[in-house]
Amino acid sequence: MQIPFKKKTLGNGLDVIVHEDHQLPMVAVNLWYHVGSKNEVPGRTGFAHLFEHLMFEGSQHHDHGYFPPLQRAGGQLNGSTNADRTNYWEVVPTGALDLALWMESDRMGFLLPALSDAKFNNQRDVVLNERRQNYENRPYGLAGIALSAAMFAPDHPYHWPTIGSADDIRAASLAMVREFFETYYHPANASLSLAGDVEADRAFDLAERYFGDLPAGPQVARVERGASLDDSVSLVLEDRVELPRLYISWHSPAMFASDDAELDIAADVLTHGKTSRLHKTLVYERRVAADVSAYHHSREMGGQFQIVCTAAAGVTLAELNTAIRTAIEELAAQGPTADELERGVAQTDAQFVYRLQTIGGFGGKGDQLNAYNTFVGDPGYFGRDRQRYFDVTGRGVASAVSRWVAAARSVSLSVVPKGRRDLALTGAAEVQVS
Amino acid sequence: MTIDRSRLPVPGPDRPFRFPRIVKRTLTNGLEVRAVRHQSVPVASIVLLVPGGSSVDPCDRQGLVSMTAGLLDEGSRGQSALEISDRLARIGGEVDIEAGMDAVVVGLTTLDRFFEKGLGLLHEMVVEPNLADDDFNRIRSLRFERLKQLKDHAPALAERVFARVLYGAHPYGRLSLGAEAGLTPMTVSEIRALHAAMFAPAGSTLVIVGNRPEEALLDLAARTFDSWRAAASPMTIDRSAALADPPEMPQSRLGVVPRPGAAQSELRIGHVCAPRSTPDYPVLLILNAIVGGEFVSRLNLNLREGKGYTYGVRTGFNLRRGLGPFVMQTSVGTDVTAPAIHEAHEEIRAIAASRPATADEVAEAIASMSKGYPRGFETASQVARSVAQLALHNLPDSYFEDFAPRLARVTTDDVSAAAQRHLQHGKMTTLIVGDLDQIHESLPGLGLGAHQVLPADL
Repeated sequence: MQIPFKKKTLGNGLDVIVHEDHQLPMVAVNLWYHVGSKNEVPGRTGFAHLFEHLMFEGSQHHDHGYFPPLQRAGGQLNGSTNADRTNYWEVVPTGALDLALWMESDRMGFLLPALSDAKFNNQRDVVLNERRQNYENRPYGLAGIALSAAMFAPDHPYHWPTIGSADDIRAASLAMVREFFETYYHPANASLSLAGDVEADRAFDLAERYFGDLPAGPQVARVERGASLDDSVSLVLEDRVELPRLYISWHSPAMFASDDAELDIAADVLTHGKTSRLHKTLVYERRVAADVSAYHHSREMGGQFQIVCTAAAGVTLAELNTAIRTAIEELAAQGPTADELERGVAQTDAQFVYRLQTIGGFGGKGDQLNAYNTFVGDPGYFGRDRQRYFDVTGRGVASAVSRWVAAARSVSLSVVPKGRRDLALTGAAEVQVS
Repeated sequence: MTIDRSRLPVPGPDRPFRFPRIVKRTLTNGLEVRAVRHQSVPVASIVLLVPGGSSVDPCDRQGLVSMTAGLLDEGSRGQSALEISDRLARIGGEVDIEAGMDAVVVGLTTLDRFFEKGLGLLHEMVVEPNLADDDFNRIRSLRFERLKQLKDHAPALAERVFARVLYGAHPYGRLSLGAEAGLTPMTVSEIRALHAAMFAPAGSTLVIVGNRPEEALLDLAARTFDSWRAAASPMTIDRSAALADPPEMPQSRLGVVPRPGAAQSELRIGHVCAPRSTPDYPVLLILNAIVGGEFVSRLNLNLREGKGYTYGVRTGFNLRRGLGPFVMQTSVGTDVTAPAIHEAHEEIRAIAASRPATADEVAEAIASMSKGYPRGFETASQVARSVAQLALHNLPDSYFEDFAPRLARVTTDDVSAAAQRHLQHGKMTTLIVGDLDQIHESLPGLGLGAHQVLPADL
């Protein structure tokens, strides 16, 4: 199983990847810039994401909103920023492919002349609204921010959230935008994929035509930082919530590194579906939890293995903590049963097939080609990525869980209703997030 | 090679697209099966639509339909929930059960090689669920916890309170999820009675989509579902309960659910509007796109891109079998709550009066919606769900093909007339879920009358 593709690198360093799929009369344009909040520095957090917003406000030769011409043409579009990368995509009717490439290339090459204080101030307000709406005004919305802050040292790029601190966002200036653009937004730091109703030759011609003249731009230095915990930490955060929730987080391997797939399967065995170990004991049988989920969130510089569990009414987080730690010990000692492993791999395999269903948008084939190209330098990594899960053994899962989770230091975060610190794990230190 | 950056490239003509061809068969038990061959990835998608939905909930048992739907995958044919979950996991199956206002929709997606197994599982879940006492208690406890958690979720609070204020005792005045008052006295016998009364082959529609010939899909469905028989039930349900008239619309009013210390104000503005069957439906799609349905809509360009009051604002004509609402929703900074409400009202008022939709806006909205339409038919599950919607609203098989031509016939005058008919500015209800102490002084200036403090009441 593969996502068939062709790849060329333009003279200016822009990678162009083409995947033909003529099922719909649509083409998915997908553009990754290898920059995210990990490229920020303390005091200037939230900048990569704020910048992404400005990319939709017009460029030199089309100094109006980015949305109208593309929506008018029947296109759908969006963008997103995370710690490692920023992506932009359009899914347009085949006849509007030129338009989409014209627009993408104009903002890659000519964004700065169109920038203004008015646009900048407006989008800064929009982002502050986004932060309040999606983090501050949402139950448990600040937990992830508190966890990352405790997992990583203050100068580690995963210490701060991609949305940034409100103070930093307020302090951002137009001068910083220019500097950021000049450092990160150019062909040599980008990867373009075209997936869908387009012939490969034409796609490469168009890419050359619209992007070929843009200057390559400077090399971007890779950000490399290790992370570890000196001690296990237990924190408590009071929030506007009804039910207390426990978060436990461990440092884990980077994406595609050794043990990465094993920990994905471990997360599956622990909490995916009613038959998973923790769901079965905590939610189904003992009914002490409202929900439980484990996931291995691996990123470029390292990963986090996380378990999140919400207490049922009247249950203490200490009780959940004990059950979770016990389940981890058992998995580390004995590994999954053959049955569990088979089920985990079957589910993962189906997910790979489902991922082939859409050409564009977040997680579509175009996005995946760029992800593989950006992170492993090979757009064709889909098949090998999938194969990693077939290669997982029970012993491998046990040893990964043992090394990264059972025997490792962790950060525990109890999120409790306001005034109910008594529901937190004992000895938890108070943490505040704004 | 230089390109002309003095103007945007003009998009070329649309390439032809073949919308799903639906082949139908009615089984001897009355179940209507619709098959679509979808030539893409080897994925199978099956959707069963049972009309009625949460609007048939008895007044004192809110949540009954949704609880029943929620118990379908909690054990069937004598097998436990764990066993069912295990079988599902082994075929990489994804089940999605949705108790909507007008219908219960049970969907299952799996790999083509597990088509038979997936269909068999869906059949078991729908026709022979255990509906056991213990599972009922377990699921109800989880439901209580969910309701508790939603008290702190501003959008959920706003949705619930807004429905109640607009619709009162009408079935659309409550949420599918139910409420503590209805869940507490609920018994498993009532669940069984509701299941027997509601889940019957006649009137239901099974949609089956995959990369196999339609006749093969239909045969497969027939083999699995032919033996389904309606069961006798002590309960009588009214599948048309939602067609009752909602309460008379009052003049403008303003409600506030106080949320001290809230970081944002969650807003809703709207009123009861029209049924899905309105002949104005295509016009309303266009009107909505212009006023608030898209990123480039008037409301979003004003409140987000102009004023920076919000991360985004959206409107929708949420049309249903009964009279559905027009709703604008957004979340805004506490300090700009009143100006944001003012601007929103001005935009809604203007499109029906001083600033009607322009010919350009109408042409752009039509182009946007019709040129992008094929995107909605990319995955098997998208196709299955779209076909199920046709069944729910009695729309013809040619609906997808006719969609763009129908939109193309909408004129600027149609949009203006629809705005006047369907957006009654003087009868809008405005709801704020936010920090009342911070905003109460600014509310009288809105001219919406004295604000009424509303209980969260979940």
